[in-house]
Amino acid sequence: MSDNQINSEVHTDHPTSLQYFKIAVILVIITAIEVGIFYLEFLGYFIIPILLVLSAGKFYLVAMYYMHLKFDNKLFTLLFISGFTVATGVILALMALFRAF
Amino acid sequence: MAQSEIKDTDHVSDVEHEVTSTGLNHRKMLMWAFLGSDCMFFGALIATYLVYKGKSLSGPQPIDVFDIPVTSVSTFVLLMSSMSMVLAYSALTKNNMKVFRIWMISTAIKGATFVGFQVYEFASFSKHHVHVECNESHEMTTFETEVFEAECKPGIDSFSGEYGLKPQTNLFGTTFYTLTGLHGAHVTLGVVWLLSLLLLSFKKGVITKEKNVDIDLAALYWHFVDVVWIVIFTVVYLFGVFPFS
Repeated sequence: MSDNQINSEVHTDHPTSLQYFKIAVILVIITAIEVGIFYLEFLGYFIIPILLVLSAGKFYLVAMYYMHLKFDNKLFTLLFISGFTVATGVILALMALFRAF
Repeated sequence: MAQSEIKDTDHVSDVEHEVTSTGLNHRKMLMWAFLGSDCMFFGALIATYLVYKGKSLSGPQPIDVFDIPVTSVSTFVLLMSSMSMVLAYSALTKNNMKVFRIWMISTAIKGATFVGFQVYEFASFSKHHVHVECNESHEMTTFETEVFEAECKPGIDSFSGEYGLKPQTNLFGTTFYTLTGLHGAHVTLGVVWLLSLLLLSFKKGVITKEKNVDIDLAALYWHFVDVVWIVIFTVVYLFGVFPFS
């Protein structure tokens, strides 16, 4: 086994505590925007893609920085993304099947 | 690198840096595989909720019971718990056990607070109260209109009644309680896990800067329940009371 393989788990580039705090602030701001946008009735159906994008942004930040996927071995990302992709596919397929869109 | 060298480096235990075919810790790999499978589990529950959304024939609907400001606060609490969890892990990797324990207890308290919010929410939904004025026109939801038409007879000025949302009430109740209840169960399990690790950290040599995989795994699980809630909050709560849906 090479050094690289062993070191693949050594976390040296993790964010600092301040960066973790900044990410938390961003997450709170996005949540506040989500709730604020929700009350803007003039947006109509545009609210759906906006909320989905904001939610995806929060998901990305937590998964990449708090769960360290950005810094860890890509195999972990693959394992997680595989399950996530199947889950998303199941949701979309069932909604299409039952005409829930 | 020889196995003996790995063992000698920084007094790291065999368990922490075991030699594996991938070079990755098996427990961590298993945790990610579990989280991937748990994605499918929650995906199926979310799909069921969405498929049956708006198909309930009776009883309260999401717009009747959801209280977005309250759920926003509980979402904030869970997001903050994720921050304190990652700060606990960060403190451990810096060998700062005191700060690590403070953040761990903080995370557990926030998790318990989130569960408390959920219990409060479930209790208030199960005792949902409807009040309609029979002689004054006012904005009503579909369910309130049903109550109005059923109860407002000549001579009656107003009507109040309890129309609790329970799992057996309608399709919305069944799918909502199953989805959010199982998420709440995940959070509860997480709180127990965190408290167990907190207690173990007082035992010398069990949780150290080098032996941090246990905390890493618990942190991954904790962040996962957070990302699941991020999806639930948008898809179930915000879309649930979306006026155009």
